Amino acid sequence: METSQNSYWVIVLLMVVAVAFALGPLALAWAWARFFSPNKPGKDKNAVYECGLESKGDAWVSFRSEYYLYAIIFLVFDVETIFLLPFAVSFGGPVGLSVGAFLAMMIFLLLLVEGLVWAWGKGVLNWK
Amino acid sequence: MIDEGLRSELQKQGVYTTTLEELYNWGRANSVWPLTFGLACCAIEMIAASMSRYDIARFGAEVFRPSPRQADLMIVAGTVTKKMAPLVVRLYNQMPEPKYVIAMGACAISGGPFKQGYNVLKGIDRYLPVDVAIPGCPPRPEALIHAIMTLQEKILKQKLTGPDRPRHLNADVPGEYPVPAYGEQDLEPSSNRDVWQPPVIKR
Repeated sequence: METSQNSYWVIVLLMVVAVAFALGPLALAWAWARFFSPNKPGKDKNAVYECGLESKGDAWVSFRSEYYLYAIIFLVFDVETIFLLPFAVSFGGPVGLSVGAFLAMMIFLLLLVEGLVWAWGKGVLNWK
Repeated sequence: MIDEGLRSELQKQGVYTTTLEELYNWGRANSVWPLTFGLACCAIEMIAASMSRYDIARFGAEVFRPSPRQADLMIVAGTVTKKMAPLVVRLYNQMPEPKYVIAMGACAISGGPFKQGYNVLKGIDRYLPVDVAIPGCPPRPEALIHAIMTLQEKILKQKLTGPDRPRHLNADVPGEYPVPAYGEQDLEPSSNRDVWQPPVIKR
């Protein structure tokens, strides 16, 4: 009695239908490939796609972690540039930026530059 | 197989009959996905055909795939130089079956105005089985659409069983075409004799 009236069964049913809806076409495609279409692998067909050229070396290369560090350091100053303009527009009065606002922004900049100097000191900018 | 007359009579009464073969062919004829693959100026016309003015999407062929793994139509759009020919054949080999080739424009058919050039392949039909050839230099987008309609008719007529079934359903036929290599003077071999025989000149 209690379970038959549980309204959450509708959700379960919906989930089952959704999964079947997704897997059904895949299963049909698999069945068609398995029972009707002969599988024809070949040297070219199994080769790495490189715009028709023959690939040289292995396609599974690992990227250097320096790219990641460079991207992080770049991102800091990228975001900073985005901050600078709205800051200048919203704090800039008819006579220009006030000294206090300018100093506040410079402190913000200084903090970021400090980060760069620290990373520089760590040797992140040296491409090994 | 249902009698054509009976089928026509049934159709008048609103009863439509079909076969699995027809249904399958109807499905794939209306979802021909071309390979994003332009070689020369004909490619501009191909791009125009896929844009809103000509809108190739009406024929289910707007999904230009950037990978041969997902494409089933190769539109050879433009001059095939001898340097590019092995790449074209390799891309064709990398496409899954069933696959079709449209040779678009005079260059892809025969070399076109560059036929006498030492570096131009005199027609992609020397290496690949071309299904539809479109003349023109370049052919207008309408001509490409006509070629796709012609290809659709061809797909709809294909029998899936029997001795003349398409090659992708025949396990004995190899799935790849030999890729020519760069030779000293010309591509080696200079043509695939299984798909193209040089015309016999009678004097």
